Amino acid sequence: MLMKFRLLSLVLLTSGFASTQAAEVNVYSARQQELIKPLLDKFSQQTGIKVNLITGKPDELLSRMQSEGRNSPADLLISTDVGRLYRAQQAGLLQPLQSNTLEQAIPAALRDPAGHWFGLTTRARPIIYVTGKVDPKDLSTYEDLASPKWRGKICIRSSDNIYNQSMLAGMIAVLGEEKTQAWANGLVQNFAQPPKGGDRDQIKAAAAGVCDIAIANTYYLAAMFDDAKDAAAAKAVSVFWPNQQDRGVHINISGAAVAKYAPNAKQAAQLLEYMTGADAQAWYAQTNHEYPVVQGVARSSVLQGFGEFKADALPLVKLGELNQQAIQTMDKAGWK
Amino acid sequence: MRASAFWRHPQWWLLPACLLLPLLVVYVSWGQFDARLWSHLATTVLPDYLLNSLLLAAGAGGLAALLGASLAWLLHFYQFPGRRLFQLLLILPLALPAYIIAYSYTALLDFSGPLQQGLRQLTGLGYGDYWFPQVRSVGGAICLFALVLYPYVYLLTRAALAGQSPRWQEASQILGVSRRRYFWAVLLPLTRPAVFGGMALVMMEVFADYGTVQYFGIPTLTTGIFRTWFGMNDRSGAAQLSSLLCTLALALMLLELYSRRQLRFYHAGQAGKTLQPQKLKGVRAWLATFAVSLVLWLAFFWPALALLVWSLETPAAWLSLDYLQLLGNSLSLAALSTVLLLVVALVLVYGLRQGLPAWQQLLIRLSGLGYAVPGTVIAIGVMWPLSAFDNWLDLFMEQQFGVRTGLLLSGTVLALLLAYLVRFLAVAMQALESGLSQIKPSMDQAAASLGCSRWQLLRRLHLPLLKTSLWTAALLVFVDVLKELPATLLLRPFNFDTLAVRTFELASDEQLAAAAVPALTIVLAGLLPVILLNKAALKN
Repeated sequence: MLMKFRLLSLVLLTSGFASTQAAEVNVYSARQQELIKPLLDKFSQQTGIKVNLITGKPDELLSRMQSEGRNSPADLLISTDVGRLYRAQQAGLLQPLQSNTLEQAIPAALRDPAGHWFGLTTRARPIIYVTGKVDPKDLSTYEDLASPKWRGKICIRSSDNIYNQSMLAGMIAVLGEEKTQAWANGLVQNFAQPPKGGDRDQIKAAAAGVCDIAIANTYYLAAMFDDAKDAAAAKAVSVFWPNQQDRGVHINISGAAVAKYAPNAKQAAQLLEYMTGADAQAWYAQTNHEYPVVQGVARSSVLQGFGEFKADALPLVKLGELNQQAIQTMDKAGWK
Repeated sequence: MRASAFWRHPQWWLLPACLLLPLLVVYVSWGQFDARLWSHLATTVLPDYLLNSLLLAAGAGGLAALLGASLAWLLHFYQFPGRRLFQLLLILPLALPAYIIAYSYTALLDFSGPLQQGLRQLTGLGYGDYWFPQVRSVGGAICLFALVLYPYVYLLTRAALAGQSPRWQEASQILGVSRRRYFWAVLLPLTRPAVFGGMALVMMEVFADYGTVQYFGIPTLTTGIFRTWFGMNDRSGAAQLSSLLCTLALALMLLELYSRRQLRFYHAGQAGKTLQPQKLKGVRAWLATFAVSLVLWLAFFWPALALLVWSLETPAAWLSLDYLQLLGNSLSLAALSTVLLLVVALVLVYGLRQGLPAWQQLLIRLSGLGYAVPGTVIAIGVMWPLSAFDNWLDLFMEQQFGVRTGLLLSGTVLALLLAYLVRFLAVAMQALESGLSQIKPSMDQAAASLGCSRWQLLRRLHLPLLKTSLWTAALLVFVDVLKELPATLLLRPFNFDTLAVRTFELASDEQLAAAAVPALTIVLAGLLPVILLNKAALKN
């Protein structure tokens, strides 16, 4: 038995030496397989470059890169929020990339000035209200949601979630820690129920009558229209774009970066450029209802239905820097 | 055992020491103590973390022990309609990951779910007009954990009962002991180690759970670990919280040991015939059938049905999955690690029987602690030493011979197997130990006096007597690995996915309907081995 196992482990070990002969690129992706593989397959078809993929939670992928050190096989890191890209850069896991294609395609606010990371899509976190129950004239800003008039009327998920953490970080950057703390305290007072479930659950709770207002990312709402189970709830609510008179609605990005020790840095850059191409951008806009970073790419009809909006132009780096403060603010406010 | 013998048996100190290494990593973190972080945690969230973790573990452990033990006793001693089928079906909830059952119950019972919507349409009531139990609460989580985890207690108790000699009962009957008294005075004490052992497993599993509590919004030590680590980017703080969890598990383990400190449970030898279960009649028989069916319905059929309905609603999801490959990966990983786990657990449990010095016994016991620690923490604990070794070797080879070896161990299936070993060793050891503890040492002595070597003793005496326990251990470990998520997610090689990974990815993106497809496949993939292993366990 033991002998057999030894043989087996030898076989397993040697299988670890994947051949590096043919052109290939290794991707560590926080974006799940279903939302990345079709694009990677297309890229392989077009270029003949083989793509190897590991998906996982973003921080765990960072830990893996960190402990693999200079032997890490990772070429391209894909993240679903800017906080982790910033963290990877701080940990010295990324290398800067100079690419005219990327610099022309992606607005400056949505990429690192030095080229350490690049935004690929944006996602907005607006106010979602029950149509007919809330008069959109009563809605104005995120700040206003802490006012006593919304007592017991707001649904939002747990503060464990990165989208809430980033939203708070964005507020701390603009309003300062003290005001944001007061805001968080007020918002918690207005919760209709203790936070639980994901973004979709907040929208469903609102549609069912638990609360009048939910805060959720746009692509979750958009995806509910495609899901027979959730479509009715999605139709019962509308999107309100807050803070249009001042800084704009809070946004985050999904993005990618070339790893410091990338053995195939050239192919990684090629893949990155492919992902900002018209094909790839349209795919994200249509399939996952995300906002493309490249101008002039057609959006899904659901996204068009949400209307145009002004996005917060805060450099996204700030969200990464202030994440820890954001969590401590929410802890103090008793936001579970 | 004399001190000189100490170095001769590396399997009983070096092996457990190696297995402990990933766990030690979390204690080392106390070297970097950040007073500011801890005062923040202590004044805001730490009391909640501790209270909720303890409440959940105690509640779910108690409820699972009650369910599992009663079911095992009922099925062992009584004959009623459906009994044979129940013996098999009662293990099925094992194949359901706890967070999946959490999703399906929330979908049914939540305010926006079909049940409450129907109620409101019938009665015309609105939100806040009536009381309805909250699924997503500490109480709800306790019930759901107990429903999917009771099989641990059930299986261990069943194995212990199967090992009991019917002579206990015969003797009691001859002595005129009433049934009730027999239960309290004989049966309960005899099966207590198995019940407590199973309960300890349940509690450890609950300590380590992340998916369910996170979905329910219940702050526990585990969610705190990830919040501190991912959210605050404080790895040593997260590791310190993990060490708290480890310490809780340690306390649990010591408590369990203490509870059976003076008890010795042995067969009175191999009895000739096995016990015939007593036939229940009339209402009592149907009551028994009903009670068991109810548990099964709640713990397995309802959630499985919900998964089935969802997956039928998303026919596209069936097509987009590379099923055979996922299935193959999941099954071969589970099979491989089951064999490995059984061998290692047998070696260690066997060591406990050899009268090793106390520190060695403790070391062996400690190596089971991984079960209470979140898989991610273990995965980091495995990844870190492996890649440190790889990087050291790479540097060494480059400097000495100008050859770079790259990553040899990390990023291979071997790393995964190691993580499973550390994580699930407690399960295998618990099952084997409760079997081994029933074999009288006098049998060993008799065999030794007849000239049996230690190897012969194992092969000819213990293994045949341990068969039920071995199969039970195999069953538990196999299914555990099949649904294991966090370590697999973090350590797997390129282009290597399992069913659990795919389920999680879809569920974490809130595509519950699409996630139902791979989730259902985990259940189906778990069914065949569960049926086969269960058959083997019962036959012996």
